[in-house]
Amino acid sequence: MVADSGMVSVSAHGERSRSFRRRGPRALQGWTSGDALFRKVCTAFGLAIVALLALLLYELARGSSLSLSRFGFGFAFEKVWDPVAEKFGAATFIYGTMVTSVIALLVAVPLGVGIAIFLVEMAPPAVGNIIGFLVELLAAIPSIVYGLWGLFVLAPLVRDHVAPFLHATLGFLPFFSGESHGVGMLTAGLVLSIMVLPFIAAVSRDVLAAVPQPLREGSLALGATKWETIWGVVLPYGRTGIGGSVILALGRALGETMAVTMVIGNTPQIVLSLFEPGYTMSSVIANEYSEASGPLYLSSLTELGLLLFIATFAVNGTARALIWRMAHGPGGRA
Amino acid sequence: MIRSGMFLACIGLIGSFAFGCKTSSNGEAAEGGAATSASAQVAETVTLNGAGSTFVYPMMSRWSSDYQKVAPSVHVNYQSIGSGGGIRQLTSRTVQFGATDGPMSDDQLKEAKSPVLHIPLVMGAVVPTYNLPDLPHAINFTPEALAGVFLGEIKAWNDPKISAANADLKLPSTPIVVVHRSDGSGTTYVWVDYLSKVSADWKSKVGMATSVNWPVGLGGKGNEGVAGTVRQTPGALGYVELTYALQNKMPVGHVKNQAGGFIEPTLESVTAAAAAALSKIPDDLRYSITNATGDKAYPISGTVWAIVYQDMAAGPEKTALMNFLRWVLRDGQQSCAALNYAPLPAELIQKANAKLDLIEPAGK
Repeated sequence: MVADSGMVSVSAHGERSRSFRRRGPRALQGWTSGDALFRKVCTAFGLAIVALLALLLYELARGSSLSLSRFGFGFAFEKVWDPVAEKFGAATFIYGTMVTSVIALLVAVPLGVGIAIFLVEMAPPAVGNIIGFLVELLAAIPSIVYGLWGLFVLAPLVRDHVAPFLHATLGFLPFFSGESHGVGMLTAGLVLSIMVLPFIAAVSRDVLAAVPQPLREGSLALGATKWETIWGVVLPYGRTGIGGSVILALGRALGETMAVTMVIGNTPQIVLSLFEPGYTMSSVIANEYSEASGPLYLSSLTELGLLLFIATFAVNGTARALIWRMAHGPGGRA
Repeated sequence: MIRSGMFLACIGLIGSFAFGCKTSSNGEAAEGGAATSASAQVAETVTLNGAGSTFVYPMMSRWSSDYQKVAPSVHVNYQSIGSGGGIRQLTSRTVQFGATDGPMSDDQLKEAKSPVLHIPLVMGAVVPTYNLPDLPHAINFTPEALAGVFLGEIKAWNDPKISAANADLKLPSTPIVVVHRSDGSGTTYVWVDYLSKVSADWKSKVGMATSVNWPVGLGGKGNEGVAGTVRQTPGALGYVELTYALQNKMPVGHVKNQAGGFIEPTLESVTAAAAAALSKIPDDLRYSITNATGDKAYPISGTVWAIVYQDMAAGPEKTALMNFLRWVLRDGQQSCAALNYAPLPAELIQKANAKLDLIEPAGK
């Protein structure tokens, strides 16, 4: 097939092509077989990703087969995690993972989108570049650094200032009842919000920058204020793209391990108060895998990994679909 | 025609990858073979691979570098992946020795197929540490107090069960915040082994393992996580390894032993615990020295064992490993104290050497 198309394009050159055709096949063969080989190799590399993911899924499923057969679907709803009695349930970890991720998004989404609006719509280019660079730099800090900072700086701050303030003002809500020890779900959520901020800010910035200028000019020409233009025209246009960035951030928040482990308090429980310690799926895997004894224990930890894998896969798939919709669907063209 | 050519080339390429791997492994094997045959003239390089306990890692690194000076041809490569990991690696025979803070269970020994020997290497202790300001001296803990606090039954520092043993300290009414290890750990194993021995409630409600279902408290990752949380939280009570507490100058509680004395955890009181427990040590050396008798014994002490297959394949590795372990039991014990590990008592060293003789008689 490649050889054919090569012949066609060459044959357009009349005289030269005739002489070429005479000694052609041999001269051509060297070229096209190299090209084709390259194509095959690259295809193999591309397919290797698919194979890798399939293998990963298979291994996780195989590793958790014991736990799957023992606990069935009840695994996701059982609250007890007792390695001594070999009773394992994932409910507390799923809860902790969800709560911390939701806190992270509640804080990071307004902040990230606000940063993006500032960078695209308001900041002078020089300032925008510097701040954009700094935001992206946040993504480069290793998570253990966030974890230790969270434990030694943020946790005391939450215990002494943030939590008492929330308790005094919003204490009637069950989320802010009781006292904070510093480490807990709130602190973990706050650390996560800083970690996912660059994802939301950077992607949203690119999305907003892709909004066509005539839309803004049209809106302004109709007498809309800057606020009305951003709120009524720019943001709706980039809605799906920003949604995609949020889901990417969610995927990151679900899987983050080290920083969360340092500050969440690592206590498997389901309580409404955000001041209380909790536990996430990735944290318990990191904490207990190396010392896990007994096949059922290991298998249960592996099943947690499987659940996390499926969740992350679904989240990333959703993000893809949203971004694709923005590019092709009725929501607008990029 | 061209297509089949491409396919062949492609297969050739993949083949050459596979072949590349093969030749390199052949190369290594050839090197190893050459080294073995040359061993008569030149000392061959032997790498001993070990894995396991994180607790013993600093000591093992020191031994490894010290031993290199004694036997330059032997390189000890130890990976601190955790005791459970060490047991798994040994059982799958990917390492020559494992190291563990808790002895292998009967089930694990059964899984290992052929006999595994436990060789004690060094000892340590787990100590209560706390965050209470302005105390003139260390707090005394009774076993009942520690179990009660970790079960969540004792909630404040001025509870009579704690203050009774601390008449001269004015303990505040601050609530106690329990801090424990969140990662599976030999430190936890020793701590809950002790609590199981002194409290029937603990034994029936929680039990012992490298991680347990804690009734109360916050989990910190690693010694540094527990220490950090204790330091950050007023009224906190946690447990860390003695080594870690000494190096970081943390306040350390004294614990009441069976003889009734409140014992400060020190290297001497840990060795004393092992010496006191010697008469009751089982023949396979899978012992526990928590809650030991003896006037000077610190009750929350533990041991690190090397675990080795008795039927280890003969060869330079086997000889090197036996020599290394014998050296650890003899000269290696001298460097323990500098790193805040407690050396083994003399009689236990004899028993350990006797185990090594089962694998390969001394003097070979």
